[in-house]
Amino acid sequence: MTSQNSAIKPQTSGYSRRAFLRASAILGGGLFVGLYLPKGVAAATDGTDSWTLNAYIRIGSDDSIRIMAVAPEIGQGIKTSLPMVIADELDVAWEQVQVEQAPVMPEIYGRQSAGGSRSTPIHFEEHRRIGAATRQMLLQAAAAQWQVPVAECRSQQGKILHVSGRSLRYGELAAAAAKQAAPELTSVALKTDAQLQIVGKFTAGVDNDAIVSGQPLFGIDVELPGMLYAVYQKCPVFGGTVKHANVAQLEKLPGVRKVLVVSGNGDFYGLDAGVAIVADSWWQAQKARQQLQVTWLDSKATGQSNAEFDRLAHALKSQMPTQILRNDGDIEHCFAGAAKVLQADYYYPFVAHGQLEPMNCSAQWQDGKLSLWAPTQNPVGGQKQVAQVLGIKEQDITIHVMRSGGGFGRRLFNDYMAEVAWIAREVGAPVKLLWSREDDFQHDFYRPAGYHSCKLALDAEGKLIGLQDHFITFGAQGRPLLAAQMNSDIFPAGFIPNLQYGSSLIPAHIPTGWLRAPGSNALAWVFQSLLDEAAHAIGQDPLALQLALLAQPVGDLGSFNPQRMTAVLQAVAERSGWGRKVAAGHGLGIACYYSHAGYFAEVVEVSVNQGKLQIHKVWAVGDVGKYIVNPSGAMHQVQGSILDGLSQALYQQVPIDGGAKLVNYHQHKMLTMAEVPEVDVEFLKTDYPTTGLGEPALPPVIPALCNAIFAATGKRIRQLPITADMLT
Amino acid sequence: MSYQLKINGQLMQADVAADTPLLWVLRDTLKLKGTKFGCGMAQCGACTVHLDGKPVRSCVTPISAVKDRAITTIEGIANSELGQQVQQAWKILDVPQCGYCQAGQMMSALALLRQFPQPTDAQIASGMKGNLCRCATYHRIKQAIQQVAQHTDKEAS
Repeated sequence: MTSQNSAIKPQTSGYSRRAFLRASAILGGGLFVGLYLPKGVAAATDGTDSWTLNAYIRIGSDDSIRIMAVAPEIGQGIKTSLPMVIADELDVAWEQVQVEQAPVMPEIYGRQSAGGSRSTPIHFEEHRRIGAATRQMLLQAAAAQWQVPVAECRSQQGKILHVSGRSLRYGELAAAAAKQAAPELTSVALKTDAQLQIVGKFTAGVDNDAIVSGQPLFGIDVELPGMLYAVYQKCPVFGGTVKHANVAQLEKLPGVRKVLVVSGNGDFYGLDAGVAIVADSWWQAQKARQQLQVTWLDSKATGQSNAEFDRLAHALKSQMPTQILRNDGDIEHCFAGAAKVLQADYYYPFVAHGQLEPMNCSAQWQDGKLSLWAPTQNPVGGQKQVAQVLGIKEQDITIHVMRSGGGFGRRLFNDYMAEVAWIAREVGAPVKLLWSREDDFQHDFYRPAGYHSCKLALDAEGKLIGLQDHFITFGAQGRPLLAAQMNSDIFPAGFIPNLQYGSSLIPAHIPTGWLRAPGSNALAWVFQSLLDEAAHAIGQDPLALQLALLAQPVGDLGSFNPQRMTAVLQAVAERSGWGRKVAAGHGLGIACYYSHAGYFAEVVEVSVNQGKLQIHKVWAVGDVGKYIVNPSGAMHQVQGSILDGLSQALYQQVPIDGGAKLVNYHQHKMLTMAEVPEVDVEFLKTDYPTTGLGEPALPPVIPALCNAIFAATGKRIRQLPITADMLT
Repeated sequence: MSYQLKINGQLMQADVAADTPLLWVLRDTLKLKGTKFGCGMAQCGACTVHLDGKPVRSCVTPISAVKDRAITTIEGIANSELGQQVQQAWKILDVPQCGYCQAGQMMSALALLRQFPQPTDAQIASGMKGNLCRCATYHRIKQAIQQVAQHTDKEAS
């Protein structure tokens, strides 16, 4: 089984948008997934002897099965796992399958972005039905050829068999099957669990052959004939614009073809101002940048800094929240009558994504139309953004989705697409824009920092009766910045009779955005640390406290299911030996969190000796519903999320002084091979719908780590990242 | 300047400025896209290639410093039996997530396994700690290295 990425070379896929629209018009439109299979377009042009059965599946006379991967691949394994789902119901051997990245056509494929751990829940059931409906078309074709009832036929691993013993290979049936009417997706019969042969099996990634032999695959690898290379220098202060640049001087440097001052549209999420240097090679462009001299104009970000934010947060803390997000019971009365009140302030910093492949995109502008080769999580969003920035129509922009060298939410934002589109139109030649690592750290869409001023109320029996959180976050024009808001249903909301979540805003001019498990990656730490604080304050076991809360809901829980959380907590407690006696200097911490429809509970074991922290092992138990589509990918996502969370807790922060004051990985580190603890993972398979794994395993690990540090040292971590002085 | 380079057993020529990093000569001049750019200052290891069998960071190696040393990149990893074993282990254990750092990881792993055919945990840690994996596939990388080592051990005995 191999994968093809037809987008590597600038050629059009067999499924062009215009051709589909034509087919759609012929068939009267309305071909939406959910009822009928969208028809594909016969790819007579690709020279192979193969037939398109629908927009997802093409079968060759040699029995090759080509399956479209609808969602962008960013390392979450979706390019492998969703085709597995189709292949299983189609009833073929995985070795026959070739996977192709689907063209961006949401009118056919539905959602084509990679974010929010949504691809699996959205596409899993639909993909099963697409595979099953296509198998039905093959059954119908065989039955028609043999002139027998369909009921006398069955499929088996790429063949249709008749009760008489006759058989036809899918490759022999493809031409006839392509002419069969597709059955309604809602009515097709699916395999029983016992019949599944691919779903649930450890399956290696479809691009592995290309990866281990260094074949071109990623966005950065795209080559277009006559391509030029660009760098784009933006203001070190967020949103600053160009007053003057030494354009003429730079244009004399070796290899430099053009230097452009770009005014932009004053929007981080549109086109930010900067200077583009276009050269014959990237190194020439990058070298010319060393001699670039720009006079920048101030922006709203001038003067903002961490010190100023701290000062404003401190002032806001003593005031009432400007917005009440949730108010259960009577918070004032509860605190007035409490036997014991705990106060704790938490702070987490701005964090960058640090995906290893720097932002890049290749663009070709020709006759008023634009083609982009983009490693993106969000091609449809990119298309809209570029159309708006360039003032052209969305349908005049074709986006080829390239494999991404990591996403983590960064590539949901398509600033680099807008930049290269602008540059390509100006220079009239194909251009690849590639950011440096410095560009990447200084112009990210950062996970917003946050301050939480919290209070807990305990009654005379030591019961947790009140919780108050004043969340001081960042905003502009009276609204939180992107990803800087807080939901009102975060656990333990709904389980404590008196609870108030409120928020206030610090004005800021910072590009912010979604980082893997947005919101949750920080909020889990605050609330799961608070519950640990409550348990220790009353001398209760932290696990027992969480289980007791979960057993007694008192208010609105939203979509949160306490039974599922209870089960993962109990399972991780058992797996980790929670409550066992640990060695001197060691501590166990536990935490749980519900996010992205997944339930995870995790235990961390640490030791702290003379201020030196060692993380020995992490145990994780998750419930993401009924199926683990690809156990290899699933294990990867959980282990990766956990190590990602630990890196964040230990090392990561973005200092702000006008802009982001960091340049490279040494200031925003991640765990290395020398530091990784063992990570033990178990999935509880439940009867709930199958959901995604890109994110939900991350949030609990940070509080579990900090709770373990408390157990080992008695030191409560209320500020991230963790530094040595917090441990002694 | 014109440079004669021996890359993966083939002679190639590049006409570039003397300070051009080997990484950009490979990627943009010679169109060998397997070696990756991650940081530009020898911090992430994504650009690791071998010069006369020794791992170097090509993003900070000027082309003028290469001289007549033999360059091996990920595209040439299969030229040695050990390199093929590394590829096999990486595929069978499904090491990659996004896969972007893996060329560098594999080149470092190959150098490590040449130096220590049966590496200890400490040797794996120290040989691989310069290669960052943002997806954190470290458990699988380690497993893959150990699998190659076991294979080599069996062949030797």
